[in-house]
Amino acid sequence: MLDSKIPKGSLGAKWEDYKGHCKLVNPANKRNMEIIIVGTGLAGASAAASLAELGYKVKAFCFQDSPRRAHSIAAQGGINAAKNYQNDGDSVFRLFYDTVKGGDYRAREANVHRLAEVSGNIIDQCVAQGVPFAREYGGLLSNRSFGGTQVQRTFYAAGQTGQQLLLGAYSALERQIALGNVTMYSRHEMLDIVKIDGKARGIIARDLITGKLERHSGNAVLLCSGGYGNVFYLSTNAMGSNVTAAWKATRKGAFFGNPCYTQIHPTCIPVSGDHQSKLTLMSESLRNDGRIWVPKKQNDNRKPSDIPENERDYYLERRYPAFGNLVPRDVASRAAKERCDAGYGVGSSKQAVYLDFAFNMERYGKIEVSKRQISNASHEEIMKLGKEVVAEKYGNLFDMYAKITGEDPYAVPMRIYPAVHYTMGGLWVDYELMTSVTGLYALGEANFSDHGANRLGASALMQGLADGYFVIPYTMGNYLADDLKTKDIPTDSPEFVEAEKAVQADIDKLMNIKGTKSVDHFHKALGKIMWDKCGMARNEKGLKEAIVEIQQLRAEFWKDVRVPGTANEFNPELEKAGRVADFLELGELMCVDALNRRESCGGHFREESQTDEGEALRNDNEFSYVAAWEYKGPSQFELHKEELVFEECKPTQRSYK
Amino acid sequence: MEHYNMNLTLKVWRQKNTDAQGKFETYPVSGISSEMSFLEMFDVLNEKLINEGKEPIAFDHDCREGICGACSMHINGRAHGPWAATTTCQLHMRAFKDGDTVTVEPWRAASFPVVKDLTVDRGAFDRIIEAGGYVSVNTGNAQDANSILVPKDQSDEAFAAAACIGCGACVAACKNSSAMLFVSAKVSQLALLPQGQPERKSRALNMIAQMDKEMFGSCTNTGACEAECPKEISLTNIARLNREFISAGFTYEK
Repeated sequence: MLDSKIPKGSLGAKWEDYKGHCKLVNPANKRNMEIIIVGTGLAGASAAASLAELGYKVKAFCFQDSPRRAHSIAAQGGINAAKNYQNDGDSVFRLFYDTVKGGDYRAREANVHRLAEVSGNIIDQCVAQGVPFAREYGGLLSNRSFGGTQVQRTFYAAGQTGQQLLLGAYSALERQIALGNVTMYSRHEMLDIVKIDGKARGIIARDLITGKLERHSGNAVLLCSGGYGNVFYLSTNAMGSNVTAAWKATRKGAFFGNPCYTQIHPTCIPVSGDHQSKLTLMSESLRNDGRIWVPKKQNDNRKPSDIPENERDYYLERRYPAFGNLVPRDVASRAAKERCDAGYGVGSSKQAVYLDFAFNMERYGKIEVSKRQISNASHEEIMKLGKEVVAEKYGNLFDMYAKITGEDPYAVPMRIYPAVHYTMGGLWVDYELMTSVTGLYALGEANFSDHGANRLGASALMQGLADGYFVIPYTMGNYLADDLKTKDIPTDSPEFVEAEKAVQADIDKLMNIKGTKSVDHFHKALGKIMWDKCGMARNEKGLKEAIVEIQQLRAEFWKDVRVPGTANEFNPELEKAGRVADFLELGELMCVDALNRRESCGGHFREESQTDEGEALRNDNEFSYVAAWEYKGPSQFELHKEELVFEECKPTQRSYK
Repeated sequence: MEHYNMNLTLKVWRQKNTDAQGKFETYPVSGISSEMSFLEMFDVLNEKLINEGKEPIAFDHDCREGICGACSMHINGRAHGPWAATTTCQLHMRAFKDGDTVTVEPWRAASFPVVKDLTVDRGAFDRIIEAGGYVSVNTGNAQDANSILVPKDQSDEAFAAAACIGCGACVAACKNSSAMLFVSAKVSQLALLPQGQPERKSRALNMIAQMDKEMFGSCTNTGACEAECPKEISLTNIARLNREFISAGFTYEK
C-alpha cells in the first residue's frame, strides 16, 4: 500500500494543522534554492509566481512561444469557490461533498477538502490581480450554476474564464521575471528528469528553436504540464498538449495514477470529416440555459424547427428530474451516446443531439419586457431582447459555433456530441503533491489527485490555482527545509551527462528511421484505437485487443515514421514525433488500467458493470483504491494500490434523479 | 449549410531561419472541403509535403479555438485573413472558392523577427507586460473578493479590453508596425479597475517606454489594428492610453 502522508486529525482540521507544523525555509536560504517548473498554465504560472515572491530562484519552461498561451487559456465556463455569496446553502463542506460524489467516490477526501478550503482564497487573489470577473449591477461578483451541483458557486468572465485567470497568473509571473526572480525558457521542451541519489535534481530540455539540449539543475522539480487527452488524437486539448513530461517522469520512477480516468465532455461540436484536427468545446455553462433534446422518433430527418414540442425527448430532464440538464459530465455524455446509438441522433452524421436555447431566450426576453415595462410585446420583440441577454452571457461561444459550423445558434439549436476533454488520471502524488520520486512534484491536471473518476465542471481551474498559489508554497518548503546544504547543483555530473546522452540517442533514433509515414498517421491510428476501445464505453475483449494493437502500432512507428528536416533547427514534426512516441506507451497503460478496473466509476464505464438502468455500477469492495502504476520496462507495469478511506462521504450509488 | 470541395493555389512564404533570405513558394492543393479550418487545409498540405519527402511549412498554432493567440498568418494581405473578428485557426475554408489563389505570409514587423516560414518571435509583447502589465499583489495578500466593488459597466469595459489574446495582428496590420492597440488593451483594463489605480501612472509610462525600446512604430490613428483585431479590441483604448500617458507624464512624481 502506498503512503499518501495524509495528516492526522479531523478532516476539517488537517490542512490548518499541517500548515501550523510544516517546516519552513527562511528567506535567506530560499534565495539559494533553485526550483524548476515545467509548464506555465494555471498551475505552473501560479506556482512560479508564488514561489518567486517567496524568494526562491525559479526557472520556468514552456513549449509555447509565450507562457500566456498555455492551454488553461481555453477554459471557458468558470471556476468554483465555496463563497456562498448567493446565500443558497453553499459551504466548504458542500463543495467538498459535491466534488467527492461527482468523482464517484474515487478521490482522496483529504485533498478534496483542502481544495474546498482554499477555493475562496483563489477568487480573492484573482480579483486583487485585476481579473475582470462578471459582476452584478451593485458591483458585486456574479455566479452561475454548473453540473453536479445545486448551488450557484461558479465565478466566470463570459465564456473566457480560463483566459482571464491565466492572464492574471501570467502577469504575476511576468512581474517576477522583471524582478529577476524567475528565468523564463519559452519554446523549450522538457525531455527528461535527472535523478541524483534518488532525488529529482534537474531536467534535460530542448531549445526548440536551435534544437540544442540543455541541462538545468534545481533543488526540486515541479511538473505542471497538463493532461494527456491528446492520446485520443481528437480532443478539445490544444494541438501541443502532451504527456511527455509526465511520461518521462513515469519512466524515471514516478507512479502513474488512474490512467484510465478520462473525461468525455458532453457538449462539443461534432466531428465534420476526416480532416478534423481537433474538437471544440461548447462550455458546460451553456447547460444552464440550453435544453438538450432529440426527436422522439428514430431517424427523424425533419429540421429541428419542424419538430413540435410534444415530439421532442428532453432525455436528461426525463431521466434525471432532480438535476435535469445539469447532471455531471460523465452521466450526460453516456446519455447522449445511448440516444445516438439507439438511432435518435440528429444532423447528417446522426452522431449529435440538440442543445436548444429557444426556451430560455424567451424566458429572458419576458424578464426584460417586464423590467422595461413594455406592454403588448410581440414574440419577435421578446426573442430579440432574450437574444441580447444570451449574447451577453455566452456571445463568444455562439460566435465560435457559428464560425465552425456555418450555422446561427441563436436561430437553430446547436448540434453537440461528447468529446475527450480532460484526464482525471495523472502522476500519483501524496498529500504534499510529491510524486513517488523524492523532490519531484506534480500540480494541476498533471497529477491525479482531486477529481476521482470524474471531474465536475469549473473545478479544473480551481485545482490548478489551488495547487500553485496555496498548496505548493507550503508543502515544498517542508521538503526543502531538509535540503539546505544542497547548493548550486553542478550539471556536469555523470547523471546529467548520461541523461543528456539518452535524450540525444532518442532524437537520433527518430531522425534516422526515415520511414514512409508521417507522425500524424500514427497519431490518428492510435486515437482511433483509443476512442473505439478505451473511450466512452469499455469492455474486456476490446481492451485486450487494444493492447495488442497499440503494441503493433508502436513497433511500426519505430520502424516506419518519417521525420523530415534535421534535429538542430526549429522542427515541429520532430517535436510531434517525440510526443506521439510517448502517447504510444501511455495508451497501452491506459488500457491496462481500464482492464484491471473491473467496475464502472465516473468516466470509466465498463459495460460488464452497470445497473439495470444503464448507470455506472461501482464495486467498492474490490476497487476502492487508487491504481498507481510503476513502469518496469516496455509493456511492463506493476500495480501499487492506495486504499481510499471515506470518513465523511459514505460511498453510495450516485443518484441525480 | 452547403458543403463543397475546392482546388486552390497557395503562395506561401518560406524562410529557413531568422537570418536566411525568404521567398514565396507555390503549392497547388486539391480536394479541400469547405468545412475545413484554414489550418486543417495547411495540415493537408504539410502531410502531402512530408509524403513527397519535402519539408513541411512551420507555423504557430495551438488551441485552434481562437483564444491562445498562437496562430499568426497574414492571408491575402490581411492579418488572420478575410473574416472579421476571427483568428486564422477559426477561419474556415468556406471563405474561399474553387480556383482561388491564396497568399500566406508571416506577420511582417521588425519587432517580430521570423523564426521559420510563418513562425515569428513575439517575445517583445512579453517584455512589454513585464514593464508593468500587472497589479503588484503577492499571493496571499488579497482581501475578500466582494470587498472591492466595481460598477458593472466599468467591469464590462475592462473585460472587453482584457479579451486581447496577444496574437500581434494589430502590429502586423499597422503600416507603422505600432503596438499601441496591444499596449492600450492592458493599460485600459487596469486603469478602469480600482485594483489598478496605485500603479496607474507608472504602468502607462513604463509600458510605453518598453514599447518604444522594442522598436514598435508610432500610432497614426489609421485604425487598421481595430479592423483586423480578432477580439475586436476597440480603438477607444488607444485614446485612453494617450490620455493615461499624457496625464501621467505631467503628474507622475518620481
